[in-house]
Amino acid sequence: MNDRLFAYTLRLADDAAILGQRLGEWCGHAPTLEEDIGLANIALDHIGQARALYTYAGEVEGKGRDEDQLCFLRKEREFSNCLLVEQPNGDFAETIARQFFFSAFMLPFWEKMKASRDETLAAIAAKAEKEAAYHLRHSAEWVIRLGDGTRESHERMQDAIELLWPFTGELFEADDTVKALVAEGIAVDPATMRDVWGETVKKVLGQATLEMPEEGWAQTGGRSGIHSEHFGHLLTAMQYMQRAYPGLKW
Amino acid sequence: MYTQALNNLEAVTDVEDAGRNAAFQARVDNEYKIEPNDWMPEGYRKTLVRQISQHAHSEIVGMLPEGNWITRAPTLKRKAALLAKVQDEGGHGLYLYSAAETLGASREELNEQLLSGKAKYSSIFNYPTLTWADIGAIGWLVDGAAIMNQIPLCRCSFGPYSRAMIRICKEESFHQRQGYELLLTMCKSSQEQKDMVQDALNRWWWPSLMMFGPSDKDSQHSAQSMAWKIKRFSNDELRQKFVDATVPQAHYLGLTIPDEDLKFDEETGHWEYGEIDWSEFARVLKGDGPCNRQRMKARRKAHEDGAWVREAALAHAEKKKARKAQKAA
Ligand SMILES: [Fe+2]
Ligand SMILES: [Fe+2]
Ligand SMILES: [Fe+2]
Repeated sequence: MNDRLFAYTLRLADDAAILGQRLGEWCGHAPTLEEDIGLANIALDHIGQARALYTYAGEVEGKGRDEDQLCFLRKEREFSNCLLVEQPNGDFAETIARQFFFSAFMLPFWEKMKASRDETLAAIAAKAEKEAAYHLRHSAEWVIRLGDGTRESHERMQDAIELLWPFTGELFEADDTVKALVAEGIAVDPATMRDVWGETVKKVLGQATLEMPEEGWAQTGGRSGIHSEHFGHLLTAMQYMQRAYPGLKW
Repeated sequence: MYTQALNNLEAVTDVEDAGRNAAFQARVDNEYKIEPNDWMPEGYRKTLVRQISQHAHSEIVGMLPEGNWITRAPTLKRKAALLAKVQDEGGHGLYLYSAAETLGASREELNEQLLSGKAKYSSIFNYPTLTWADIGAIGWLVDGAAIMNQIPLCRCSFGPYSRAMIRICKEESFHQRQGYELLLTMCKSSQEQKDMVQDALNRWWWPSLMMFGPSDKDSQHSAQSMAWKIKRFSNDELRQKFVDATVPQAHYLGLTIPDEDLKFDEETGHWEYGEIDWSEFARVLKGDGPCNRQRMKARRKAHEDGAWVREAALAHAEKKKARKAQKAA
Protein backbone atom coordinates (compact mmCIF):
# COMPACT_ATOMS: atom_id res chain seq x y z
CA MET A 1 0.00 0.00 0.00
CA ASN A 2 0.95 3.60 -0.49
CA ASP A 3 1.18 4.75 3.15
CA ARG A 4 1.51 8.38 2.28
CA LEU A 5 -1.42 8.47 -0.07
CA PHE A 6 -3.51 6.64 2.52
CA ALA A 7 -2.58 9.09 5.27
CA TYR A 8 -3.16 12.08 3.02
CA THR A 9 -6.55 10.93 1.75
CA LEU A 10 -7.59 10.13 5.28
CA ARG A 11 -6.79 13.67 6.42
CA LEU A 12 -8.98 15.14 3.76
CA ALA A 13 -11.71 12.65 4.63
CA ASP A 14 -11.47 13.45 8.34
CA ASP A 15 -11.66 17.20 7.67
CA ALA A 16 -14.84 16.73 5.68
CA ALA A 17 -16.43 14.20 8.04
CA ILE A 18 -15.78 16.18 11.20
CA LEU A 19 -17.00 19.47 9.76
CA GLY A 20 -20.09 17.69 8.40
CA GLN A 21 -20.69 16.25 11.85
CA ARG A 22 -20.46 19.66 13.49
CA LEU A 23 -22.76 21.30 10.96
CA GLY A 24 -25.28 18.51 11.40
CA GLU A 25 -25.66 19.54 15.04
CA TRP A 26 -27.40 22.72 13.89
CA CYS A 27 -30.24 21.03 12.12
CA GLY A 28 -33.51 22.27 13.59
CA HIS A 29 -31.87 24.93 15.75
CA ALA A 30 -30.61 27.55 13.29
CA PRO A 31 -31.52 31.26 13.46
CA THR A 32 -33.86 31.02 10.47
CA LEU A 33 -35.53 28.25 8.55
CA GLU A 34 -33.49 29.19 5.49
CA GLU A 35 -30.30 28.69 7.50
CA ASP A 36 -31.49 25.35 8.82
CA ILE A 37 -31.75 24.31 5.22
CA GLY A 38 -28.54 26.06 4.13
CA LEU A 39 -26.38 24.61 6.91
CA ALA A 40 -27.83 21.15 6.28
CA ASN A 41 -26.88 21.58 2.64
CA ILE A 42 -23.29 22.39 3.53
CA ALA A 43 -23.20 19.51 6.00
CA LEU A 44 -24.44 17.17 3.29
CA ASP A 45 -21.74 18.29 0.88
CA HIS A 46 -19.07 17.56 3.46
CA ILE A 47 -20.50 14.17 4.34
CA GLY A 48 -20.61 13.33 0.65
CA GLN A 49 -16.97 14.34 0.25
CA ALA A 50 -16.04 12.32 3.33
CA ARG A 51 -17.72 9.24 1.91
CA ALA A 52 -15.83 9.44 -1.37
CA LEU A 53 -12.54 10.13 0.37
CA TYR A 54 -12.87 7.40 3.02
CA THR A 55 -13.86 4.91 0.37
CA TYR A 56 -10.79 5.80 -1.64
CA ALA A 57 -8.55 5.73 1.44
CA GLY A 58 -9.85 2.23 2.16
CA GLU A 59 -8.99 1.15 -1.36
CA VAL A 60 -5.51 2.61 -1.12
CA GLU A 61 -4.98 0.89 2.22
CA GLY A 62 -6.11 -2.42 0.73
CA LYS A 63 -7.18 -4.01 4.00
CA GLY A 64 -10.86 -4.09 3.20
CA ARG A 65 -11.87 -1.18 5.43
CA ASP A 66 -14.86 0.73 4.09
CA GLU A 67 -16.00 4.31 4.64
CA ASP A 68 -17.83 3.44 7.85
CA GLN A 69 -15.03 1.46 9.41
CA LEU A 70 -12.69 4.36 8.79
CA CYS A 71 -15.10 6.95 10.14
CA PHE A 72 -16.68 5.11 13.05
CA LEU A 73 -14.05 2.69 14.29
CA ARG A 74 -10.89 4.76 14.60
CA LYS A 75 -9.91 6.33 17.91
CA GLU A 76 -9.19 9.92 18.95
CA ARG A 77 -5.47 9.80 18.28
CA GLU A 78 -5.96 8.19 14.86
CA PHE A 79 -8.02 11.07 13.50
CA SER A 80 -5.99 13.52 11.47
CA ASN A 81 -8.41 16.35 10.73
CA CYS A 82 -7.25 19.89 11.30
CA LEU A 83 -8.23 21.49 14.61
CA LEU A 84 -10.32 24.18 12.94
CA VAL A 85 -13.09 21.83 11.77
CA GLU A 86 -13.59 20.17 15.13
CA GLN A 87 -14.16 23.44 17.00
CA PRO A 88 -17.62 23.56 18.59
CA ASN A 89 -20.42 25.36 16.76
CA GLY A 90 -20.54 28.09 19.39
CA ASP A 91 -22.90 30.86 18.37
CA PHE A 92 -23.82 31.38 14.72
CA ALA A 93 -20.86 33.74 14.26
CA GLU A 94 -18.40 31.03 15.30
CA THR A 95 -19.94 28.52 12.94
CA ILE A 96 -19.74 31.06 10.14
CA ALA A 97 -16.15 32.04 10.91
CA ARG A 98 -15.08 28.40 10.99
CA GLN A 99 -16.76 27.75 7.64
CA PHE A 100 -15.39 30.90 6.09
CA PHE A 101 -11.79 30.23 7.11
CA PHE A 102 -12.03 26.64 5.96
CA SER A 103 -13.82 27.24 2.67
CA ALA A 104 -11.54 30.14 1.77
CA PHE A 105 -8.79 27.55 1.93
CA MET A 106 -10.61 24.63 0.35
CA LEU A 107 -11.84 26.43 -2.75
CA PRO A 108 -8.36 27.16 -4.16
CA PHE A 109 -7.20 23.83 -2.76
CA TRP A 110 -9.72 21.81 -4.76
CA GLU A 111 -9.09 23.98 -7.81
CA LYS A 112 -5.48 22.89 -7.75
CA MET A 113 -6.25 19.33 -6.77
CA LYS A 114 -8.13 18.91 -10.03
CA ALA A 115 -4.72 18.73 -11.68
CA SER A 116 -3.50 15.98 -9.35
CA ARG A 117 -1.82 13.01 -11.00
CA ASP A 118 -4.04 10.87 -8.83
CA GLU A 119 -7.18 10.48 -10.92
CA THR A 120 -9.50 9.68 -8.05
CA LEU A 121 -8.45 12.71 -6.02
CA ALA A 122 -8.72 14.85 -9.15
CA ALA A 123 -12.26 13.60 -9.76
CA ILE A 124 -13.31 14.20 -6.16
CA ALA A 125 -11.78 17.68 -6.41
CA ALA A 126 -13.80 18.56 -9.49
CA LYS A 127 -17.04 18.03 -7.60
CA ALA A 128 -15.81 19.44 -4.30
CA GLU A 129 -14.63 22.64 -5.97
CA LYS A 130 -18.17 23.59 -6.98
CA GLU A 131 -19.40 22.83 -3.49
CA ALA A 132 -16.64 24.83 -1.85
CA ALA A 133 -17.46 27.81 -4.06
CA TYR A 134 -20.98 27.80 -2.64
CA HIS A 135 -19.73 27.31 0.94
CA LEU A 136 -17.38 30.23 0.58
CA ARG A 137 -20.02 32.49 -0.90
CA HIS A 138 -22.55 31.54 1.76
CA SER A 139 -20.18 32.03 4.68
CA ALA A 140 -18.55 35.19 3.31
CA GLU A 141 -21.97 36.78 2.86
CA TRP A 142 -22.77 36.06 6.47
CA VAL A 143 -19.41 37.41 7.67
CA ILE A 144 -20.28 40.65 5.89
CA ARG A 145 -23.88 40.77 7.13
CA LEU A 146 -22.88 40.10 10.72
CA GLY A 147 -19.79 42.29 10.65
CA ASP A 148 -21.64 45.18 9.06
CA GLY A 149 -24.97 44.54 10.80
CA THR A 150 -25.70 45.66 14.35
CA ARG A 151 -23.25 46.52 17.08
CA GLU A 152 -23.93 43.18 18.76
CA SER A 153 -23.45 41.14 15.61
CA HIS A 154 -20.27 43.07 14.81
CA GLU A 155 -18.83 42.25 18.21
CA ARG A 156 -19.81 38.62 18.01
CA MET A 157 -18.35 38.26 14.54
CA GLN A 158 -15.10 39.93 15.58
CA ASP A 159 -14.89 37.68 18.64
CA ALA A 160 -15.43 34.60 16.51
CA ILE A 161 -12.68 35.67 14.12
CA GLU A 162 -10.27 36.18 17.02
CA LEU A 163 -11.26 32.92 18.66
CA LEU A 164 -10.67 30.77 15.60
CA TRP A 165 -7.75 32.64 14.09
CA PRO A 166 -5.07 30.55 15.84
CA PHE A 167 -6.44 27.43 14.15
CA THR A 168 -6.00 28.75 10.64
CA GLY A 169 -2.21 28.38 10.54
CA GLU A 170 -2.47 24.62 10.57
CA LEU A 171 -4.18 24.67 7.19
CA PHE A 172 -0.91 25.66 5.54
CA GLU A 173 1.31 23.09 7.21
CA ALA A 174 3.18 20.57 5.13
CA ASP A 175 4.84 17.63 6.84
CA ASP A 176 6.92 14.93 5.13
CA THR A 177 3.82 13.13 3.89
CA VAL A 178 2.55 16.21 2.12
CA LYS A 179 5.96 17.22 0.81
CA ALA A 180 6.62 13.81 -0.73
CA LEU A 181 3.20 13.72 -2.38
CA VAL A 182 3.61 17.28 -3.65
CA ALA A 183 6.86 16.18 -5.28
CA GLU A 184 4.99 13.34 -6.96
CA GLY A 185 2.36 15.70 -8.32
CA ILE A 186 -0.36 14.11 -6.23
CA ALA A 187 -0.89 16.52 -3.33
CA VAL A 188 -1.39 20.26 -3.32
CA ASP A 189 1.27 22.28 -1.57
CA PRO A 190 -0.75 24.13 1.08
CA ALA A 191 1.88 26.83 1.43
CA THR A 192 0.99 28.04 -2.06
CA MET A 193 -2.51 28.77 -0.83
CA ARG A 194 -1.41 31.32 1.72
CA ASP A 195 -1.59 34.39 -0.45
CA VAL A 196 -4.91 33.71 -2.05
CA TRP A 197 -6.41 32.71 1.30
CA GLY A 198 -5.04 35.85 2.92
CA GLU A 199 -6.45 38.02 0.15
CA THR A 200 -9.89 36.47 0.39
CA VAL A 201 -9.99 36.88 4.15
CA LYS A 202 -8.69 40.43 4.00
CA LYS A 203 -11.19 41.46 1.37
CA VAL A 204 -14.19 39.94 3.14
CA LEU A 205 -13.23 41.19 6.59
CA GLY A 206 -12.72 44.62 5.08
CA GLN A 207 -16.17 44.65 3.59
CA ALA A 208 -17.51 43.42 6.88
CA THR A 209 -15.79 46.32 8.72
CA LEU A 210 -13.95 43.73 10.81
CA GLU A 211 -10.35 43.76 11.84
CA MET A 212 -7.94 41.20 10.54
CA PRO A 213 -6.08 39.63 13.47
CA GLU A 214 -2.32 39.89 13.56
CA GLU A 215 -0.32 36.95 12.33
CA GLY A 216 0.77 35.16 15.42
CA TRP A 217 0.91 31.91 17.22
CA ALA A 218 -0.75 29.05 15.39
CA GLN A 219 -2.05 26.04 17.23
CA THR A 220 -1.40 22.75 15.50
CA GLY A 221 -1.50 19.04 16.20
CA GLY A 222 -4.57 17.77 14.42
CA ARG A 223 -2.64 16.12 11.59
CA SER A 224 -0.74 14.00 14.10
CA GLY A 225 -3.82 13.20 16.17
CA ILE A 226 -3.40 15.77 18.94
CA HIS A 227 -6.93 17.17 19.14
CA SER A 228 -8.96 19.47 21.37
CA GLU A 229 -10.64 18.36 24.58
CA HIS A 230 -14.07 18.38 22.99
CA PHE A 231 -13.02 16.10 20.17
CA GLY A 232 -13.60 12.94 22.18
CA HIS A 233 -17.15 14.05 22.87
CA LEU A 234 -17.76 14.54 19.18
CA LEU A 235 -16.54 11.00 18.50
CA THR A 236 -18.61 9.65 21.38
CA ALA A 237 -21.79 10.77 19.69
CA MET A 238 -20.67 10.07 16.14
CA GLN A 239 -19.42 6.54 16.84
CA TYR A 240 -22.03 5.54 19.39
CA MET A 241 -23.98 3.10 17.24
CA GLN A 242 -20.98 1.30 15.77
CA ARG A 243 -19.44 0.96 19.23
CA ALA A 244 -22.61 -0.15 21.00
CA TYR A 245 -23.66 -2.59 18.27
CA PRO A 246 -20.47 -3.72 16.57
CA GLY A 247 -20.43 -5.60 13.30
CA LEU A 248 -24.07 -5.12 12.28
CA LYS A 249 -25.67 -3.90 9.08
CA TRP A 250 -27.68 -0.70 9.19
CA MET B 1 -45.99 16.49 7.48
CA TYR B 2 -48.94 15.90 9.08
CA THR B 3 -51.96 17.89 8.99
CA GLN B 4 -53.48 16.98 12.20
CA ALA B 5 -57.05 16.43 11.27
CA LEU B 6 -59.33 19.38 11.56
CA ASN B 7 -60.50 18.66 15.00
CA ASN B 8 -60.30 21.99 16.65
CA LEU B 9 -61.71 24.38 14.15
CA GLU B 10 -64.56 26.52 15.18
CA ALA B 11 -67.57 26.00 13.03
CA VAL B 12 -67.32 28.55 10.33
CA THR B 13 -70.43 30.25 9.09
CA ASP B 14 -70.65 32.89 6.49
CA VAL B 15 -73.30 35.46 6.02
CA GLU B 16 -71.50 37.29 3.30
CA ASP B 17 -72.72 38.25 -0.07
CA ALA B 18 -74.86 35.28 -1.01
CA GLY B 19 -74.30 35.73 -4.72
CA ARG B 20 -70.53 35.76 -4.50
CA ASN B 21 -70.69 32.84 -2.17
CA ALA B 22 -72.80 30.84 -4.58
CA ALA B 23 -70.45 31.63 -7.45
CA PHE B 24 -67.50 30.62 -5.30
CA GLN B 25 -69.13 27.35 -4.34
CA ALA B 26 -69.97 26.64 -7.97
CA ARG B 27 -66.34 27.04 -8.91
CA VAL B 28 -65.30 24.72 -6.11
CA ASP B 29 -67.96 22.20 -7.10
CA ASN B 30 -66.67 22.25 -10.65
CA GLU B 31 -63.14 21.55 -9.38
CA TYR B 32 -61.75 24.91 -10.44
CA LYS B 33 -58.83 26.05 -8.32
CA ILE B 34 -59.27 29.10 -6.12
CA GLU B 35 -56.28 31.45 -6.40
CA PRO B 36 -55.13 34.03 -3.82
CA ASN B 37 -56.60 37.01 -5.65
CA ASP B 38 -60.01 35.42 -6.13
CA TRP B 39 -62.82 36.35 -3.83
CA MET B 40 -63.31 33.76 -1.11
CA PRO B 41 -65.50 33.48 1.98
CA GLU B 42 -63.70 34.68 5.09
CA GLY B 43 -64.31 31.30 6.72
CA TYR B 44 -62.61 29.53 3.84
CA ARG B 45 -59.58 31.77 4.17
CA LYS B 46 -59.41 31.31 7.93
CA THR B 47 -59.81 27.56 7.73
CA LEU B 48 -57.03 27.34 5.19
CA VAL B 49 -54.65 29.60 7.10
CA ARG B 50 -55.21 27.54 10.19
CA GLN B 51 -54.75 24.22 8.43
CA ILE B 52 -51.78 25.27 6.32
CA SER B 53 -49.97 26.90 9.21
CA GLN B 54 -50.65 23.93 11.45
CA HIS B 55 -49.16 21.77 8.76
CA ALA B 56 -46.15 24.08 8.39
CA HIS B 57 -45.55 24.12 12.15
CA SER B 58 -45.69 20.32 12.15
CA GLU B 59 -42.96 20.17 9.53
CA ILE B 60 -40.77 22.44 11.63
CA VAL B 61 -41.36 20.82 15.01
CA GLY B 62 -41.01 17.46 13.27
CA MET B 63 -37.39 18.31 12.51
CA LEU B 64 -36.58 17.97 16.22
CA PRO B 65 -37.25 14.30 17.00
CA GLU B 66 -35.45 13.16 13.87
CA GLY B 67 -32.71 15.75 14.22
CA ASN B 68 -32.01 14.09 17.55
CA TRP B 69 -30.28 11.25 15.67
CA ILE B 70 -28.29 13.10 13.00
CA THR B 71 -25.09 13.13 15.03
CA ARG B 72 -25.48 9.45 15.94
CA ALA B 73 -26.55 7.86 12.67
CA PRO B 74 -24.85 4.46 12.37
CA THR B 75 -23.35 4.92 8.89
CA LEU B 76 -22.36 7.87 6.73
CA LYS B 77 -24.95 6.89 4.15
CA ARG B 78 -27.71 6.88 6.76
CA LYS B 79 -26.45 10.14 8.22
CA ALA B 80 -26.65 11.80 4.83
CA ALA B 81 -30.11 10.35 4.17
CA LEU B 82 -31.41 11.53 7.54
CA LEU B 83 -29.96 15.00 7.15
CA ALA B 84 -31.48 15.25 3.70
CA LYS B 85 -34.83 14.10 5.03
CA VAL B 86 -34.88 16.58 7.88
CA GLN B 87 -33.82 19.25 5.42
CA ASP B 88 -36.75 18.30 3.17
CA GLU B 89 -39.10 18.76 6.12
CA GLY B 90 -37.71 22.26 6.60
CA GLY B 91 -38.33 22.87 2.90
CA HIS B 92 -41.92 21.68 3.32
CA GLY B 93 -42.31 24.18 6.14
CA LEU B 94 -41.06 26.92 3.82
CA TYR B 95 -43.45 26.14 0.95
CA LEU B 96 -46.34 25.89 3.34
CA TYR B 97 -45.58 29.19 5.05
CA SER B 98 -45.41 30.70 1.56
CA ALA B 99 -48.80 29.22 0.71
CA ALA B 100 -50.20 30.72 3.92
CA GLU B 101 -48.62 34.07 3.03
CA THR B 102 -50.67 34.18 -0.17
CA LEU B 103 -53.68 34.33 2.16
CA GLY B 104 -52.28 37.31 4.03
CA ALA B 105 -50.76 35.52 7.02
CA SER B 106 -47.13 36.48 7.54
CA ARG B 107 -44.53 33.96 8.61
CA GLU B 108 -43.58 36.05 11.66
CA GLU B 109 -47.15 36.16 12.83
CA LEU B 110 -47.61 32.42 12.32
CA ASN B 111 -44.34 31.66 14.07
CA GLU B 112 -45.43 33.80 17.03
CA GLN B 113 -48.58 31.70 17.26
CA LEU B 114 -46.51 28.54 17.37
CA LEU B 115 -44.11 29.84 20.01
CA SER B 116 -46.86 31.21 22.22
CA GLY B 117 -48.59 27.83 22.13
CA LYS B 118 -51.64 29.31 20.43
CA ALA B 119 -51.16 27.31 17.24
CA LYS B 120 -51.13 23.54 17.19
CA TYR B 121 -48.82 21.15 15.43
CA SER B 122 -49.17 17.44 14.94
CA SER B 123 -49.06 15.66 18.31
CA ILE B 124 -47.00 12.82 16.92
CA PHE B 125 -43.88 14.95 17.34
CA ASN B 126 -44.40 15.06 21.07
CA TYR B 127 -43.19 11.49 21.26
CA PRO B 128 -39.47 10.83 21.76
CA THR B 129 -36.99 9.13 19.41
CA LEU B 130 -35.25 6.70 21.75
CA THR B 131 -33.37 4.39 19.42
CA TRP B 132 -32.15 4.40 15.84
CA ALA B 133 -35.11 2.20 14.86
CA ASP B 134 -37.36 5.16 15.70
CA ILE B 135 -35.90 6.95 12.69
CA GLY B 136 -37.09 4.15 10.44
CA ALA B 137 -40.42 3.96 12.24
CA ILE B 138 -41.05 7.67 11.74
CA GLY B 139 -40.34 7.43 8.04
CA TRP B 140 -42.50 4.36 7.59
CA LEU B 141 -45.42 5.21 9.87
CA VAL B 142 -45.42 8.97 10.37
CA ASP B 143 -44.54 9.94 6.82
CA GLY B 144 -46.79 7.08 5.74
CA ALA B 145 -49.75 8.45 7.67
CA ALA B 146 -48.92 11.95 6.45
CA ILE B 147 -49.14 10.75 2.86
CA MET B 148 -52.57 9.24 3.44
CA ASN B 149 -53.72 12.56 4.86
CA GLN B 150 -52.05 14.63 2.19
CA ILE B 151 -52.64 12.83 -1.10
CA PRO B 152 -56.23 14.10 -1.13
CA LEU B 153 -54.91 17.61 -0.40
CA CYS B 154 -53.13 17.57 -3.75
CA ARG B 155 -56.63 18.11 -5.14
CA CYS B 156 -57.50 20.75 -2.56
CA SER B 157 -59.57 23.62 -3.98
CA PHE B 158 -57.00 26.25 -3.01
CA GLY B 159 -54.39 26.41 -5.78
CA PRO B 160 -51.22 27.29 -3.84
CA TYR B 161 -51.91 24.64 -1.18
CA SER B 162 -52.71 21.99 -3.71
CA ARG B 163 -49.53 22.72 -5.68
CA ALA B 164 -47.38 22.72 -2.53
CA MET B 165 -48.90 19.37 -1.57
CA ILE B 166 -48.07 17.78 -4.90
CA ARG B 167 -44.43 18.55 -4.44
CA ILE B 168 -44.44 17.65 -0.75
CA CYS B 169 -46.21 14.32 -1.25
CA LYS B 170 -43.54 13.19 -3.69
CA GLU B 171 -40.89 13.77 -1.06
CA GLU B 172 -42.95 12.27 1.75
CA SER B 173 -43.39 9.06 -0.17
CA PHE B 174 -39.66 8.90 -0.73
CA HIS B 175 -39.21 9.33 3.04
CA GLN B 176 -41.73 6.58 3.67
CA ARG B 177 -39.93 4.10 1.43
CA GLN B 178 -36.57 5.06 2.87
CA GLY B 179 -37.85 4.51 6.42
CA TYR B 180 -39.25 1.13 5.53
CA GLU B 181 -36.02 0.10 3.81
CA LEU B 182 -34.07 1.13 6.92
CA LEU B 183 -36.25 -1.15 9.06
CA LEU B 184 -36.05 -3.97 6.56
CA THR B 185 -32.26 -3.81 6.67
CA MET B 186 -32.32 -3.96 10.47
CA CYS B 187 -34.83 -6.81 10.59
CA LYS B 188 -32.74 -8.87 8.19
CA SER B 189 -29.45 -8.14 9.94
CA SER B 190 -29.92 -9.59 13.44
CA GLN B 191 -32.46 -10.54 16.09
CA GLU B 192 -31.21 -7.76 18.32
CA GLN B 193 -31.99 -5.19 15.65
CA LYS B 194 -35.32 -6.78 14.87
CA ASP B 195 -36.24 -6.48 18.54
CA MET B 196 -35.31 -2.84 18.39
CA VAL B 197 -37.62 -2.38 15.41
CA GLN B 198 -40.47 -4.20 17.16
CA ASP B 199 -40.02 -1.94 20.17
CA ALA B 200 -40.18 1.11 17.92
CA LEU B 201 -43.37 -0.19 16.28
CA ASN B 202 -44.89 -0.81 19.71
CA ARG B 203 -44.29 2.79 20.68
CA TRP B 204 -45.21 4.49 17.36
CA TRP B 205 -48.18 2.46 16.17
CA TRP B 206 -50.97 3.99 18.23
CA PRO B 207 -49.73 7.57 18.05
CA SER B 208 -49.56 7.11 14.25
CA LEU B 209 -53.22 6.08 14.15
CA MET B 210 -54.04 9.16 16.21
CA MET B 211 -52.52 11.34 13.50
CA PHE B 212 -55.79 11.06 11.58
CA GLY B 213 -57.63 12.88 14.33
CA PRO B 214 -60.72 12.01 16.33
CA SER B 215 -63.08 9.35 15.13
CA ASP B 216 -65.84 10.54 12.81
CA LYS B 217 -68.51 10.27 15.44
CA ASP B 218 -66.62 12.85 17.54
CA SER B 219 -65.34 15.03 14.78
CA GLN B 220 -67.38 18.12 14.06
CA HIS B 221 -66.69 20.82 11.57
CA SER B 222 -65.60 18.67 8.71
CA ALA B 223 -68.78 18.99 6.66
CA GLN B 224 -67.91 22.55 5.68
CA SER B 225 -64.34 21.57 4.80
CA MET B 226 -65.72 18.75 2.69
CA ALA B 227 -68.02 21.15 0.86
CA TRP B 228 -65.13 23.52 0.25
CA LYS B 229 -63.05 20.61 -0.99
CA ILE B 230 -60.33 21.26 1.52
CA LYS B 231 -61.04 17.86 2.98
CA ARG B 232 -62.16 14.92 0.87
CA PHE B 233 -62.20 11.91 3.16
CA SER B 234 -63.23 11.52 6.76
CA ASN B 235 -60.69 10.84 9.52
CA ASP B 236 -61.82 7.25 9.91
CA GLU B 237 -61.73 6.59 6.18
CA LEU B 238 -58.15 7.77 6.00
CA ARG B 239 -57.17 5.86 9.12
CA GLN B 240 -58.62 2.67 7.67
CA LYS B 241 -56.68 3.16 4.45
CA PHE B 242 -53.52 3.57 6.46
CA VAL B 243 -54.13 0.46 8.54
CA ASP B 244 -54.93 -1.58 5.45
CA ALA B 245 -51.74 -0.48 3.74
CA THR B 246 -49.50 -0.78 6.78
CA VAL B 247 -50.44 -4.07 8.43
CA PRO B 248 -49.17 -6.24 5.54
CA GLN B 249 -45.96 -4.18 5.50
CA ALA B 250 -45.44 -4.94 9.19
CA HIS B 251 -46.04 -8.62 8.56
CA TYR B 252 -43.53 -8.60 5.73
CA LEU B 253 -40.96 -7.35 8.23
CA GLY B 254 -41.93 -10.19 10.53
CA LEU B 255 -43.33 -7.80 13.14
CA THR B 256 -46.40 -7.90 15.31
CA ILE B 257 -48.80 -4.97 15.40
CA PRO B 258 -49.33 -4.13 19.07
CA ASP B 259 -53.10 -4.60 18.91
CA GLU B 260 -54.72 -7.77 20.20
CA ASP B 261 -57.98 -6.95 18.49
CA LEU B 262 -56.47 -6.63 15.04
CA LYS B 263 -58.07 -9.01 12.55
CA PHE B 264 -58.72 -9.21 8.87
CA ASP B 265 -62.35 -9.04 7.86
CA GLU B 266 -62.76 -11.28 4.81
CA GLU B 267 -66.06 -9.73 3.89
CA THR B 268 -65.04 -6.09 3.83
CA GLY B 269 -61.43 -6.76 2.92
CA HIS B 270 -60.32 -4.41 5.70
CA TRP B 271 -58.17 -4.86 8.78
CA GLU B 272 -60.26 -4.21 11.88
CA TYR B 273 -58.33 -2.58 14.65
CA GLY B 274 -58.91 -2.11 18.36
CA GLU B 275 -60.07 0.94 20.23
CA ILE B 276 -57.73 3.89 20.19
CA ASP B 277 -56.95 5.40 23.57
CA TRP B 278 -58.60 8.76 23.00
CA SER B 279 -57.73 9.96 26.47
CA GLU B 280 -54.05 9.79 25.51
CA PHE B 281 -54.81 11.67 22.30
CA ALA B 282 -56.62 14.41 24.20
CA ARG B 283 -53.92 14.62 26.83
CA VAL B 284 -51.02 14.97 24.39
CA LEU B 285 -52.98 17.45 22.28
CA LYS B 286 -53.60 19.52 25.38
CA GLY B 287 -49.89 19.69 26.08
CA ASP B 288 -49.18 16.77 28.36
CA GLY B 289 -47.23 14.44 26.14
CA PRO B 290 -43.74 13.11 26.74
CA CYS B 291 -42.01 15.94 24.85
CA ASN B 292 -44.47 18.82 24.39
CA ARG B 293 -42.59 21.14 26.71
CA GLN B 294 -39.19 20.17 25.34
CA ARG B 295 -40.26 20.71 21.73
CA MET B 296 -41.56 24.18 22.47
CA LYS B 297 -38.54 25.01 24.54
CA ALA B 298 -36.24 23.98 21.68
CA ARG B 299 -38.19 26.08 19.16
CA ARG B 300 -38.19 29.11 21.46
CA LYS B 301 -34.50 28.72 22.16
CA ALA B 302 -33.67 28.60 18.45
CA HIS B 303 -35.83 31.66 17.93
CA GLU B 304 -34.30 33.63 20.80
CA ASP B 305 -30.72 32.58 20.12
CA GLY B 306 -31.16 33.56 16.49
CA ALA B 307 -32.72 36.96 17.17
CA TRP B 308 -29.44 38.86 16.92
CA VAL B 309 -28.65 37.15 13.62
CA ARG B 310 -31.98 38.09 12.07
CA GLU B 311 -31.64 41.65 13.39
CA ALA B 312 -28.17 41.89 11.91
CA ALA B 313 -29.36 40.66 8.52
CA LEU B 314 -32.09 43.31 8.53
CA ALA B 315 -29.75 46.06 9.67
CA HIS B 316 -27.24 45.14 7.00
CA ALA B 317 -29.89 45.13 4.29
CA GLU B 318 -31.00 48.59 5.44
CA LYS B 319 -27.45 49.91 5.34
CA LYS B 320 -26.96 48.55 1.87
CA LYS B 321 -30.15 50.13 0.67
CA ALA B 322 -29.21 53.47 2.18
CA ARG B 323 -25.77 53.36 0.56
CA LYS B 324 -27.29 52.56 -2.80
CA ALA B 325 -29.75 55.43 -2.46
CA GLN B 326 -26.94 57.80 -1.53
CA LYS B 327 -24.93 56.73 -4.54
CA ALA B 328 -27.90 57.24 -6.82
CA ALA B 329 -28.53 60.72 -5.39
FE1 LIG C 1 -46.06 16.87 5.76
FE1 LIG D 1 -42.66 16.92 5.37
FE1 LIG E 1 -41.31 13.57 5.43
